[in-house]
Amino acid sequence: MAVIEASELRRTYRTTTGTIRRRRVEVEAVRGISFEVAEGELFGLLGPNGAGKTTTIKMLITLLVPTSGSARVLGHDVVREAGEVRRRVGYVFGGERGVYERLSALDNLRYFAELYGVPGREQKTRIAELLDLVGLTGREKERVEGYSRGMRQRLHIARGLLHDPPVLFLDEPTIGLDPVGARELRAMIATLAESGKTILLTTHYMFEADSLCDRIAVIAKGKIVAEGTPQQLKGGVAEGWVVEIEVYGIEDVVLDRLRAVPGVRAVAVEERDQAQLVVVQTDSGQELTHALLSRMDGAAVGRVSSREPTLEDAYVALVGES
Amino acid sequence: MRALRLILTGWRFHVKSLTLSAFFLLTSAIQPILFATMAYFMFRAGSTEQSLLYVALGSGLMGIWSSTLFGSGGAISWQRWQGTLEVSIAAPAPFVLVLIPITLATATIGLYSLTATLLWGKLFFGVPFDLEHPLLFLLSIPATIVGLGMLGLVLAASFVLYRNANAMSNLLEFPVWLVTGLLVPLSLFPGWVEPISWVLAPTWGVRAIRDAALGGGDPVGAILMSLGLAVVYLGIGTVLIGYFERLARERATLSLT
Repeated sequence: MAVIEASELRRTYRTTTGTIRRRRVEVEAVRGISFEVAEGELFGLLGPNGAGKTTTIKMLITLLVPTSGSARVLGHDVVREAGEVRRRVGYVFGGERGVYERLSALDNLRYFAELYGVPGREQKTRIAELLDLVGLTGREKERVEGYSRGMRQRLHIARGLLHDPPVLFLDEPTIGLDPVGARELRAMIATLAESGKTILLTTHYMFEADSLCDRIAVIAKGKIVAEGTPQQLKGGVAEGWVVEIEVYGIEDVVLDRLRAVPGVRAVAVEERDQAQLVVVQTDSGQELTHALLSRMDGAAVGRVSSREPTLEDAYVALVGES
Repeated sequence: MRALRLILTGWRFHVKSLTLSAFFLLTSAIQPILFATMAYFMFRAGSTEQSLLYVALGSGLMGIWSSTLFGSGGAISWQRWQGTLEVSIAAPAPFVLVLIPITLATATIGLYSLTATLLWGKLFFGVPFDLEHPLLFLLSIPATIVGLGMLGLVLAASFVLYRNANAMSNLLEFPVWLVTGLLVPLSLFPGWVEPISWVLAPTWGVRAIRDAALGGGDPVGAILMSLGLAVVYLGIGTVLIGYFERLARERATLSLT
């Protein structure tokens, strides 16, 4: 039986625009997504900002009611049996928010232990174990406002694990962390997965999903555009080719002309100091460099190179096509 | 038993958190001193027969009401801002048990106001602090805190749903001072004000505290009324919070993003 099941999940937000003539606008954040996560699996939802990752997680942990579709966690419906779901899941999100800053880590954990129903006689041992696990032992009596971002994030993890939930939802947990802190956190997530927890992780870092996840679903504009193991996703673009063109200022109309070249799969632009790097993914066996450059009149072109595609290119291609 | 434990732990946690907020603490301690000074001069100019302690206690209660009002609304907004509202709702504990300690804590912090007012009165206006019924006075304070805290719970329910609802708290501060008799005696108002005052906990809280301190009246009845209203507010608050929590999950108003 799947631990997490999402079936045709949809979520629309209503908002207003304009100051004087206010107009109601509906934004479709998630547009009918379905997936399943098996017991003990580390499943990644990978997508750019605004793709619908956080909205999906919030529906699964009962913080948002889906506009349509259904979802179950450990067999419990996330709308009708919200209480049952909450007892069985842990939720950790990235960033600095989500803890009481004026109080210590110990105060925070004691309070949340009560909220999460950890029996009184077990609280002391459990909190000590978790402080040890996240490396905050010895700093637990300091106020959280003095913590670094990495320490706060580790405190979040400890909070999410207080009631020892079998299912964990991690929403961009490494966002904003320095490379060392992010690496430590990824190691901690891997340890949790090894201990048998079912984990749903959202991220927009390809390498993070690649190194941690058993399976990945790529989500863009509210829809799942690809799903599979990291190897399967890489396989999708392994046969193509990538041309990189350094330019100093480029207009959208030129990018559209590049996209129209036969054999071009996707075009993306990466900002580099004072220049931009146009990354063009093409079908294999086609030499398109000349055709591409001939359509870039007016743009100041620098270095041009070509190479084999990477996993990141697979992601860019999938997101770019959606 | 579990619920009581959660309320007690939560109450201690939030009292500590609010006490460490310099802004909240200074507002709670300084604002009522201004109220007390104004009220003292108003009563002196009006040459009423009320004692100075009567005025000081009313001013202290005004501070407790302000603290509850701004604290309940502010606590929800603050929790939404710092991301703890979502974390609390995602917890398995019923959300009403998360909110009760917050509103009780904000009412408790109002005790700083009462203490500051009485000290100010004694030091600068020579207000004597002689209590007719010390034991009843001690009982009337927690009864008042519970009454006001539960009224705060009803208000806080709307703050879960509406992101800008705490703007409404500005509108509720002064009218409640007036219609509950904190600032001036209720007898000065038209008859139709009285039924409104009966359903507001501060009316009974100030009666209980004043009657216990100054004698006369029925402090025990007022204490019971305050606690009785607290039970009614708890019932209303629980229903509203269950309903509003569901609506907030549908309308996506729990977070700022």
